[in-house]
Amino acid sequence: MLSIKNLHASVEDKEILKGINLEIKAGEVHAIMGPNGSGKSTLSQVLAGNEAFEVTSGEITLNGENLLDLETEERAREGIFLAFQYPVEIPGVSNLQFLRTAVNAMRAHRGEPEMNAAEFMKLAKEVSKQVDLDPAFLKRGVNEGFSGGEKKRNEIMQALLLQPKLAILDETDSGLDIDALQVVSNGVNALRAEDRAILMVTHYQRLLNHIVPDYVHVLAGGKIVKSGGRELALELEERGYGWLGIKDEETADSSAN
Amino acid sequence: MATTDKEVNELIKREYEHGFVTDIEADTFEPGLNEDVIARLSGIKKEPEWMLEWRLKAYRRWLEMEEPNWAHVGYPKIDYNSISYYSAPKRKEDMPQSLDEVDPELLKTYEKLGIPLHEREKLAGVAVDAVFDSVSVATTFKEPLAKAGVIFCSISEAIQDYPELVKKYLGSVVPAGDNFFAGLNSAVFSDGTFVYVPKGVRCPMELSTYFRINAANTGQFERTLIIAEDSSYVSYLEGCTAPMRDENQLHAAVVELVALDDAQIKYSTVQNWYPGDEQGKGGIFNFVTKRGACIGKNSKISWTQVETGSAVTWKYPSCVLRGDNSVGEFYSVALTNNYQQADTGTKMIHMGKNTSSTIISKGISAGKSSNAYRGLVKFGPGAEGARNFTQCDSLLIGDRCGAHTFPYIESKNKSAIVEHEATTSKVSDEQMFLCRQRGIEPEQAVSMIVNGFCKEVFKELPMEFAVEAGKLLEVSLEGSVG
Ligand SMILES: Nc1ncnc2c1ncn2[C@@H]1O[C@H](COP(=O)(O)OP(=O)(O)OP(=O)(O)O)[C@@H](O)[C@H]1O
Ligand SMILES: [Mg+2]
Repeated sequence: MLSIKNLHASVEDKEILKGINLEIKAGEVHAIMGPNGSGKSTLSQVLAGNEAFEVTSGEITLNGENLLDLETEERAREGIFLAFQYPVEIPGVSNLQFLRTAVNAMRAHRGEPEMNAAEFMKLAKEVSKQVDLDPAFLKRGVNEGFSGGEKKRNEIMQALLLQPKLAILDETDSGLDIDALQVVSNGVNALRAEDRAILMVTHYQRLLNHIVPDYVHVLAGGKIVKSGGRELALELEERGYGWLGIKDEETADSSAN
Repeated sequence: MATTDKEVNELIKREYEHGFVTDIEADTFEPGLNEDVIARLSGIKKEPEWMLEWRLKAYRRWLEMEEPNWAHVGYPKIDYNSISYYSAPKRKEDMPQSLDEVDPELLKTYEKLGIPLHEREKLAGVAVDAVFDSVSVATTFKEPLAKAGVIFCSISEAIQDYPELVKKYLGSVVPAGDNFFAGLNSAVFSDGTFVYVPKGVRCPMELSTYFRINAANTGQFERTLIIAEDSSYVSYLEGCTAPMRDENQLHAAVVELVALDDAQIKYSTVQNWYPGDEQGKGGIFNFVTKRGACIGKNSKISWTQVETGSAVTWKYPSCVLRGDNSVGEFYSVALTNNYQQADTGTKMIHMGKNTSSTIISKGISAGKSSNAYRGLVKFGPGAEGARNFTQCDSLLIGDRCGAHTFPYIESKNKSAIVEHEATTSKVSDEQMFLCRQRGIEPEQAVSMIVNGFCKEVFKELPMEFAVEAGKLLEVSLEGSVG
């Protein structure tokens, strides 16, 4: 489904991704781990088409189609979804309106009729329960004043509503309490499907107890330095990144956990 | 560069959809202004002697006044003798007695603008007065209003039919000597709207006026006077458009509101005068004086404005809170794009005890435009226990535009309380990326973000116009994104 070949990308003339190769097939779940600053979010953003990053060489295809030719919104409509590590707020725009606009944009792309406000409300309420978010959150501004964990649940709610082909989850597990981790994991597992692939970035093998990946990759210094199965995550937890030839201090987790 | 800049460049390429010119036979004065011109204007309108005297007095006063230059706007000097002070669609007979007699071209114009003058049409429930260039062409729903005792007619008719009311209140809130543009308007105003709501009456429908400048080189100087007697209520909306022309056109209106004891006036504006083209050529100079006097105790005046048009805007709808416990409100959205300049805000003058005022101003700047909020909150010695809350938010789209805030506070009463909040934000690349990542078109994203920013003001607009205002913002931002 997704094929990344020798991908190089830079931001402000600094090369971050230095030759990424990755093949993801429909139905698979891939986990990406790696030290802070190694380029995991950059890879996620580049896949979604963030123009702040410049792809200097390499290729990305989704079901054979060249993604690099498509604008961000076109990629989204082709089924790329990114759950952000740091979801941004849009004050005054209700979550409900935002989500309905997004869902209708996708529907228009597929030639389906618009969902009216009432229909959408019903759907959104159901999905919000699935991630244990009070439907009152639908009326609030997009991520406006949401707690860290609420923002993450809101991201998963969006994935469930938009039903993407490839869901990229950038540290959706960080900042979650134990119950929320369960809720989010259930949400992600609900996304698992034969015709859908999931790429999740995480620092914790703990998440992988809930969502069992088919493959685990280690991204360091802008390259995938090791790939393996589920057991690689356990090994990393035990041994850190040092044995892979990565400097030890870079493995320290400085994220909000 | 990141998305937003590119998007903004595109957004700037929007087009003005009301820019057509109506080909209509018109009586238009030669350009120029002197006492003879004023006498001729007054003569055409068959005005009584006192009205002509009033105009001439204002004119003589104006001759001695200086054009103000303190606003944060710049425009070429206006030659007041190159403007025509009267243009009216030629009528077959005298005045149309019903809409059927109105020139079909004119009706078509209003239809194109989405303003049905036929009473049965979709704006049913809203009475409309339509002002085309210098004259009022049609006022709808006169009868049901008359039944409620509400007078809703053109100011020209009011001068004929209700001279006592006009004499008593015209210039009582905005005197001819108030400022340069008000002085000019007092001398040459050609038409406008008059509303009188008697004691205890709640006006049964929204009243509304649509202003349209059509003729070239013509100024529009309309005059609006609204009087709400004790315990009455009226909600009034004005809308404005003009054709696209390369020359600038002058619009210098005066609006006066008078609220007596326990009366309430809600005045909403959706202003979409032609803003000029992408290079800043043409467009309306909108120099307007709007002021309401809360004369009576417990009275209330609310101004809500959505300003998206005009090349240069100079406008400060104000409230003079004379009556004890009276309330003034100002809710404003001002959007500037391309080379538009807006200097707008309000004045809240607290004179009575326990008077209160609220100011919510939302300025949106895109392109190379400049958007300034200027507000004055003043407490007189008698304003015991008065309070004001001001919130000024600016939203920048792109990085070539400017936003400025000039809040002034003058207090002669120690018990008065003022709260002021101000923010400046940008439509960020991250917000745009989030929207686009969810499949939303960049243009739609900008408009959604801007609408969210304006929400507090839109909820003050009458329902059907809130929708219209939202759409207007979308059109005004069109092309800013790509
Ligand atoms: N907009 C930017 N400007 C400058 N440098 C950037 C920018 N975005 C990312 N970088 C740099 O690129 C490198 C990779 O960052 P990235 O966010 O991809 O790391 P990460 O692997 O996701 O880290 P973490 O585990 O902390 O989330 C870092 O050194 C970061 O500082
Ligand atoms: Mg990251």
